[in-house]
Amino acid sequence: MATASSVVFTRVGLRRGNRAAIPLLIGLMPFALVVGVVSQGKGLSLLETLLMSALVYAGSSQLLALELWADPAPILAACLAAFAVNIRMAPMGAALAPWMDKLRGWRLWGTLGTIVDHSFALGVADIRSGGKDAGYLMGIGVVLWTAWILLVGVGHVMGGLVRLPPGHPLFFAATATFVALLVTLWRGLARDLWPWATAALVAVAALRVGLPQPVPLLAGALSGAALAAWRERRTP
Amino acid sequence: MMLRLDVLLAIIGMALVTYACRAGGYAVLRVVRPPPFIDAMLRHIPGPLFAAYVALALSNMGPETWLAAAAVVLTQWKTGNLGLSIVVGVLAVAGLRPLLGG
Repeated sequence: MATASSVVFTRVGLRRGNRAAIPLLIGLMPFALVVGVVSQGKGLSLLETLLMSALVYAGSSQLLALELWADPAPILAACLAAFAVNIRMAPMGAALAPWMDKLRGWRLWGTLGTIVDHSFALGVADIRSGGKDAGYLMGIGVVLWTAWILLVGVGHVMGGLVRLPPGHPLFFAATATFVALLVTLWRGLARDLWPWATAALVAVAALRVGLPQPVPLLAGALSGAALAAWRERRTP
Repeated sequence: MMLRLDVLLAIIGMALVTYACRAGGYAVLRVVRPPPFIDAMLRHIPGPLFAAYVALALSNMGPETWLAAAAVVLTQWKTGNLGLSIVVGVLAVAGLRPLLGG
Protein backbone atom coordinates (compact mmCIF):
# COMPACT_ATOMS: atom_id res chain seq x y z
CA MET A 1 0.00 0.00 0.00
CA ALA A 2 1.15 3.52 -0.75
CA THR A 3 1.81 5.51 2.40
CA ALA A 4 -0.09 8.76 2.04
CA SER A 5 2.96 10.97 2.54
CA SER A 6 4.93 9.48 -0.38
CA VAL A 7 2.34 9.99 -3.15
CA VAL A 8 3.63 12.10 -6.05
CA PHE A 9 2.33 13.38 -9.41
CA THR A 10 5.03 13.33 -12.09
CA ARG A 11 5.57 13.48 -15.84
CA VAL A 12 6.92 9.92 -15.69
CA GLY A 13 3.64 8.77 -14.11
CA LEU A 14 1.64 10.60 -16.78
CA ARG A 15 3.61 8.86 -19.58
CA ARG A 16 3.25 5.48 -17.90
CA GLY A 17 -0.52 6.09 -17.83
CA ASN A 18 -0.47 7.10 -21.51
CA ARG A 19 1.12 3.76 -22.43
CA ALA A 20 -1.24 1.76 -20.19
CA ALA A 21 -4.22 3.27 -22.04
CA ILE A 22 -3.16 2.14 -25.55
CA PRO A 23 -4.59 -1.44 -25.37
CA LEU A 24 -7.86 -0.03 -24.03
CA LEU A 25 -8.40 1.81 -27.33
CA ILE A 26 -9.30 -1.48 -29.07
CA GLY A 27 -12.31 -1.87 -26.82
CA LEU A 28 -13.15 1.84 -26.97
CA MET A 29 -13.23 2.12 -30.77
CA PRO A 30 -16.43 0.21 -31.70
CA PHE A 31 -18.29 1.81 -28.80
CA ALA A 32 -17.22 5.33 -29.82
CA LEU A 33 -18.14 4.69 -33.47
CA VAL A 34 -21.59 3.45 -32.41
CA VAL A 35 -22.16 6.58 -30.27
CA GLY A 36 -21.15 8.74 -33.26
CA VAL A 37 -23.41 6.90 -35.71
CA VAL A 38 -26.39 6.93 -33.33
CA SER A 39 -25.81 10.62 -32.56
CA GLN A 40 -25.90 11.40 -36.28
CA GLY A 41 -29.01 9.24 -36.68
CA LYS A 42 -30.76 11.19 -33.89
CA GLY A 43 -30.10 14.49 -35.71
CA LEU A 44 -27.25 15.96 -33.67
CA SER A 45 -24.73 18.04 -35.64
CA LEU A 46 -21.00 17.14 -35.65
CA LEU A 47 -20.27 20.12 -33.36
CA GLU A 48 -23.00 19.08 -30.89
CA THR A 49 -21.72 15.50 -30.97
CA LEU A 50 -18.09 16.52 -30.33
CA LEU A 51 -19.18 18.88 -27.56
CA MET A 52 -21.19 16.16 -25.83
CA SER A 53 -18.30 13.70 -26.07
CA ALA A 54 -15.76 16.21 -24.72
CA LEU A 55 -17.89 17.57 -21.86
CA VAL A 56 -19.85 14.47 -20.80
CA TYR A 57 -17.22 11.82 -21.76
CA ALA A 58 -19.25 8.84 -20.56
CA GLY A 59 -20.24 6.52 -23.39
CA SER A 60 -23.03 4.49 -21.80
CA SER A 61 -24.85 7.59 -20.57
CA GLN A 62 -24.41 9.33 -23.95
CA LEU A 63 -25.87 6.31 -25.73
CA LEU A 64 -28.73 6.08 -23.26
CA ALA A 65 -29.53 9.82 -23.54
CA LEU A 66 -29.46 9.52 -27.35
CA GLU A 67 -31.93 6.61 -27.17
CA LEU A 68 -34.33 8.95 -25.33
CA TRP A 69 -33.56 11.89 -27.67
CA ALA A 70 -36.35 13.99 -29.19
CA ASP A 71 -36.86 17.43 -30.71
CA PRO A 72 -36.66 19.71 -28.74
CA ALA A 73 -33.85 18.08 -26.77
CA PRO A 74 -35.14 16.24 -23.65
CA ILE A 75 -33.04 18.18 -21.13
CA LEU A 76 -34.48 16.61 -17.97
CA ALA A 77 -34.51 13.06 -19.40
CA ALA A 78 -30.89 13.44 -20.60
CA CYS A 79 -29.78 14.65 -17.15
CA LEU A 80 -31.63 11.81 -15.42
CA ALA A 81 -30.10 9.29 -17.84
CA ALA A 82 -26.63 10.72 -17.09
CA PHE A 83 -27.31 10.50 -13.36
CA ALA A 84 -28.74 6.97 -13.53
CA VAL A 85 -25.79 5.60 -15.51
CA ASN A 86 -22.97 7.62 -13.95
CA ILE A 87 -23.85 7.53 -10.25
CA ARG A 88 -21.89 4.25 -10.25
CA MET A 89 -18.74 6.40 -10.55
CA ALA A 90 -19.39 8.23 -7.26
CA PRO A 91 -17.87 5.47 -5.07
CA MET A 92 -14.87 5.22 -7.46
CA GLY A 93 -13.46 8.62 -6.51
CA ALA A 94 -13.85 7.72 -2.84
CA ALA A 95 -11.99 4.44 -3.38
CA LEU A 96 -9.08 6.34 -4.97
CA ALA A 97 -8.70 8.48 -1.83
CA PRO A 98 -5.15 7.22 -1.04
CA TRP A 99 -3.99 9.18 -4.10
CA MET A 100 -6.65 11.89 -4.30
CA ASP A 101 -6.05 13.09 -0.73
CA LYS A 102 -2.52 14.14 -1.71
CA LEU A 103 -3.55 16.13 -4.80
CA ARG A 104 -4.68 19.75 -4.97
CA GLY A 105 -6.22 22.08 -7.55
CA TRP A 106 -6.38 21.00 -11.20
CA ARG A 107 -4.52 17.76 -10.52
CA LEU A 108 -7.24 16.64 -8.07
CA TRP A 109 -10.34 17.94 -9.87
CA GLY A 110 -8.96 17.17 -13.33
CA THR A 111 -8.07 13.58 -12.43
CA LEU A 112 -11.52 13.02 -10.91
CA GLY A 113 -13.06 14.37 -14.14
CA THR A 114 -11.31 11.72 -16.26
CA ILE A 115 -12.41 8.68 -14.20
CA VAL A 116 -13.97 5.90 -16.28
CA ASP A 117 -14.47 2.20 -15.45
CA HIS A 118 -11.18 1.12 -17.06
CA SER A 119 -8.94 3.85 -15.60
CA PHE A 120 -10.51 3.25 -12.19
CA ALA A 121 -9.74 -0.47 -12.37
CA LEU A 122 -6.12 0.16 -13.46
CA GLY A 123 -5.67 2.88 -10.83
CA VAL A 124 -6.91 0.70 -7.97
CA ALA A 125 -4.69 -2.14 -9.16
CA ASP A 126 -1.69 0.23 -9.18
CA ILE A 127 -2.47 1.56 -5.68
CA ARG A 128 -2.78 -2.01 -4.36
CA SER A 129 0.57 -3.02 -5.86
CA GLY A 130 2.29 -0.09 -4.17
CA GLY A 131 2.10 2.55 -6.90
CA LYS A 132 2.74 6.07 -5.62
CA ASP A 133 2.52 8.21 -8.77
CA ALA A 134 -1.00 9.66 -9.12
CA GLY A 135 -0.05 11.06 -12.55
CA TYR A 136 -0.72 7.54 -13.86
CA LEU A 137 -4.50 8.02 -13.61
CA MET A 138 -4.57 11.30 -15.49
CA GLY A 139 -2.16 9.85 -18.07
CA ILE A 140 -4.71 7.12 -18.84
CA GLY A 141 -7.57 9.61 -18.76
CA VAL A 142 -6.03 12.05 -21.25
CA VAL A 143 -5.42 9.35 -23.90
CA LEU A 144 -8.90 7.82 -23.53
CA TRP A 145 -10.58 11.26 -23.55
CA THR A 146 -8.77 12.41 -26.71
CA ALA A 147 -9.42 9.12 -28.52
CA TRP A 148 -13.06 9.17 -27.43
CA ILE A 149 -13.72 12.62 -28.96
CA LEU A 150 -11.92 11.75 -32.24
CA LEU A 151 -13.58 8.34 -32.71
CA VAL A 152 -17.09 9.58 -31.89
CA GLY A 153 -16.50 12.30 -34.52
CA VAL A 154 -15.43 9.64 -37.06
CA GLY A 155 -18.59 7.67 -36.28
CA HIS A 156 -20.74 10.77 -36.84
CA VAL A 157 -19.13 11.44 -40.23
CA MET A 158 -19.53 7.77 -41.24
CA GLY A 159 -23.20 7.84 -40.22
CA GLY A 160 -23.70 10.99 -42.33
CA LEU A 161 -22.12 9.43 -45.42
CA VAL A 162 -24.18 6.26 -45.27
CA ARG A 163 -27.59 7.96 -44.59
CA LEU A 164 -29.16 4.97 -42.87
CA PRO A 165 -32.97 4.73 -42.73
CA PRO A 166 -34.52 4.37 -39.24
CA GLY A 167 -34.71 0.74 -38.17
CA HIS A 168 -31.59 -0.23 -40.16
CA PRO A 169 -29.86 -3.29 -38.62
CA LEU A 170 -26.79 -1.15 -37.84
CA PHE A 171 -28.77 0.69 -35.15
CA PHE A 172 -29.05 -2.62 -33.31
CA ALA A 173 -25.35 -1.99 -32.51
CA ALA A 174 -26.47 0.26 -29.63
CA THR A 175 -28.53 -2.50 -28.01
CA ALA A 176 -25.86 -5.09 -28.85
CA THR A 177 -23.25 -2.98 -27.02
CA PHE A 178 -25.29 -3.05 -23.81
CA VAL A 179 -26.04 -6.77 -24.20
CA ALA A 180 -22.28 -7.42 -24.49
CA LEU A 181 -21.51 -5.10 -21.54
CA LEU A 182 -24.03 -7.08 -19.47
CA VAL A 183 -21.99 -10.22 -20.13
CA THR A 184 -18.86 -8.46 -18.80
CA LEU A 185 -20.78 -7.34 -15.67
CA TRP A 186 -22.18 -10.83 -14.98
CA ARG A 187 -20.87 -12.35 -11.73
CA GLY A 188 -22.85 -15.60 -11.73
CA LEU A 189 -26.42 -16.91 -11.32
CA ALA A 190 -26.47 -16.74 -7.53
CA ARG A 191 -25.62 -13.02 -7.36
CA ASP A 192 -27.15 -11.55 -10.50
CA LEU A 193 -30.08 -13.62 -11.81
CA TRP A 194 -32.85 -12.27 -9.54
CA PRO A 195 -31.74 -8.61 -9.38
CA TRP A 196 -31.35 -8.47 -13.17
CA ALA A 197 -34.62 -10.32 -13.87
CA THR A 198 -36.43 -8.01 -11.43
CA ALA A 199 -34.93 -4.95 -13.13
CA ALA A 200 -36.01 -6.19 -16.58
CA LEU A 201 -39.58 -7.13 -15.50
CA VAL A 202 -40.23 -3.96 -13.50
CA ALA A 203 -38.92 -1.78 -16.35
CA VAL A 204 -41.07 -3.46 -19.02
CA ALA A 205 -44.13 -3.49 -16.72
CA ALA A 206 -43.71 0.24 -16.00
CA LEU A 207 -43.48 0.94 -19.74
CA ARG A 208 -46.57 -1.19 -20.44
CA VAL A 209 -48.73 0.73 -17.95
CA GLY A 210 -47.77 3.91 -19.82
CA LEU A 211 -45.17 5.59 -17.57
CA PRO A 212 -42.89 7.95 -19.58
CA GLN A 213 -39.11 7.45 -19.91
CA PRO A 214 -36.87 7.50 -17.94
CA VAL A 215 -39.30 6.31 -15.20
CA PRO A 216 -39.41 2.66 -16.40
CA LEU A 217 -35.59 2.59 -16.67
CA LEU A 218 -35.00 4.06 -13.21
CA ALA A 219 -37.75 1.95 -11.61
CA GLY A 220 -36.16 -1.19 -13.08
CA ALA A 221 -32.57 -0.22 -12.16
CA LEU A 222 -33.42 0.85 -8.60
CA SER A 223 -35.65 -2.15 -7.82
CA GLY A 224 -32.96 -4.54 -9.10
CA ALA A 225 -30.21 -2.73 -7.15
CA ALA A 226 -32.38 -2.67 -4.01
CA LEU A 227 -32.96 -6.42 -4.27
CA ALA A 228 -29.22 -7.03 -4.78
CA ALA A 229 -28.37 -4.82 -1.79
CA TRP A 230 -30.99 -6.54 0.41
CA ARG A 231 -29.71 -10.01 -0.53
CA GLU A 232 -26.08 -8.99 0.02
CA ARG A 233 -26.79 -7.66 3.51
CA ARG A 234 -28.98 -10.63 4.46
CA THR A 235 -26.22 -13.17 3.68
CA PRO A 236 -23.08 -12.37 5.68
CA MET B 1 -21.97 23.88 -37.99
CA MET B 2 -25.21 23.78 -36.06
CA LEU B 3 -25.39 24.34 -32.29
CA ARG B 4 -28.97 24.60 -30.99
CA LEU B 5 -29.73 26.12 -27.60
CA ASP B 6 -31.89 23.20 -26.38
CA VAL B 7 -29.20 20.68 -27.39
CA LEU B 8 -26.46 22.80 -25.76
CA LEU B 9 -28.47 23.01 -22.53
CA ALA B 10 -29.03 19.23 -22.52
CA ILE B 11 -25.28 18.65 -23.06
CA ILE B 12 -24.28 21.11 -20.30
CA GLY B 13 -26.82 19.53 -17.95
CA MET B 14 -25.48 16.05 -18.69
CA ALA B 15 -21.89 17.29 -18.26
CA LEU B 16 -22.63 18.89 -14.86
CA VAL B 17 -24.50 15.81 -13.60
CA THR B 18 -21.71 13.50 -14.82
CA TYR B 19 -18.93 15.62 -13.29
CA ALA B 20 -20.88 15.74 -10.03
CA CYS B 21 -21.03 11.93 -10.08
CA ARG B 22 -17.27 11.65 -10.74
CA ALA B 23 -15.95 14.32 -8.35
CA GLY B 24 -18.89 14.68 -5.93
CA GLY B 25 -18.52 11.07 -4.85
CA TYR B 26 -15.00 11.80 -3.57
CA ALA B 27 -16.09 15.08 -2.00
CA VAL B 28 -19.26 13.79 -0.32
CA LEU B 29 -18.57 10.15 0.50
CA ARG B 30 -15.40 11.05 2.42
CA VAL B 31 -17.28 13.45 4.69
CA VAL B 32 -20.64 11.69 5.02
CA ARG B 33 -20.70 7.91 5.03
CA PRO B 34 -23.99 6.83 3.33
CA PRO B 35 -26.20 4.29 5.13
CA PRO B 36 -24.95 0.73 4.38
CA PHE B 37 -28.04 -0.10 2.34
CA ILE B 38 -27.62 2.96 0.05
CA ASP B 39 -23.91 2.18 -0.25
CA ALA B 40 -24.73 -1.39 -1.35
CA MET B 41 -27.38 -0.15 -3.81
CA LEU B 42 -24.90 2.27 -5.42
CA ARG B 43 -22.46 -0.59 -5.95
CA HIS B 44 -25.14 -2.83 -7.48
CA ILE B 45 -26.73 -0.32 -9.88
CA PRO B 46 -24.75 -1.04 -13.12
CA GLY B 47 -26.05 -4.61 -13.77
CA PRO B 48 -29.77 -3.96 -13.11
CA LEU B 49 -29.55 -0.65 -14.99
CA PHE B 50 -28.23 -2.24 -18.18
CA ALA B 51 -30.60 -5.22 -17.75
CA ALA B 52 -33.55 -2.81 -17.60
CA TYR B 53 -32.26 -0.89 -20.61
CA VAL B 54 -31.83 -4.03 -22.73
CA ALA B 55 -35.25 -5.41 -21.69
CA LEU B 56 -36.93 -2.12 -22.68
CA ALA B 57 -35.13 -2.00 -26.02
CA LEU B 58 -35.86 -5.65 -26.88
CA SER B 59 -39.53 -5.39 -25.80
CA ASN B 60 -39.98 -2.74 -28.51
CA MET B 61 -38.34 -4.80 -31.28
CA GLY B 62 -39.11 -8.02 -33.16
CA PRO B 63 -38.11 -11.63 -32.40
CA GLU B 64 -35.11 -11.37 -34.75
CA THR B 65 -33.49 -8.96 -32.25
CA TRP B 66 -34.07 -11.41 -29.38
CA LEU B 67 -32.15 -14.13 -31.25
CA ALA B 68 -29.50 -11.59 -32.22
CA ALA B 69 -29.12 -10.60 -28.55
CA ALA B 70 -28.57 -14.28 -27.70
CA ALA B 71 -25.86 -14.42 -30.40
CA VAL B 72 -24.22 -11.33 -28.85
CA VAL B 73 -24.23 -12.96 -25.40
CA LEU B 74 -22.69 -16.13 -26.80
CA THR B 75 -19.99 -14.24 -28.74
CA GLN B 76 -19.05 -11.96 -25.82
CA TRP B 77 -19.01 -14.91 -23.41
CA LYS B 78 -16.82 -17.09 -25.65
CA THR B 79 -14.44 -14.45 -27.10
CA GLY B 80 -14.55 -11.48 -24.68
CA ASN B 81 -14.28 -9.29 -27.79
CA LEU B 82 -16.67 -6.32 -27.55
CA GLY B 83 -16.16 -5.20 -31.16
CA LEU B 84 -16.78 -8.67 -32.58
CA SER B 85 -19.90 -9.14 -30.41
CA ILE B 86 -21.45 -5.91 -31.71
CA VAL B 87 -20.74 -6.91 -35.34
CA VAL B 88 -22.25 -10.38 -34.79
CA GLY B 89 -25.40 -8.76 -33.34
CA VAL B 90 -25.85 -6.41 -36.29
CA LEU B 91 -25.23 -9.19 -38.83
CA ALA B 92 -27.69 -11.48 -37.01
CA VAL B 93 -30.44 -8.83 -37.23
CA ALA B 94 -29.68 -8.24 -40.91
CA GLY B 95 -29.72 -11.98 -41.64
CA LEU B 96 -32.76 -12.97 -39.53
CA ARG B 97 -35.10 -10.08 -40.38
CA PRO B 98 -36.04 -11.41 -43.87
CA LEU B 99 -36.83 -14.79 -42.26
CA LEU B 100 -38.76 -13.58 -39.22
CA GLY B 101 -40.21 -10.27 -40.47
CA GLY B 102 -40.20 -7.24 -38.20
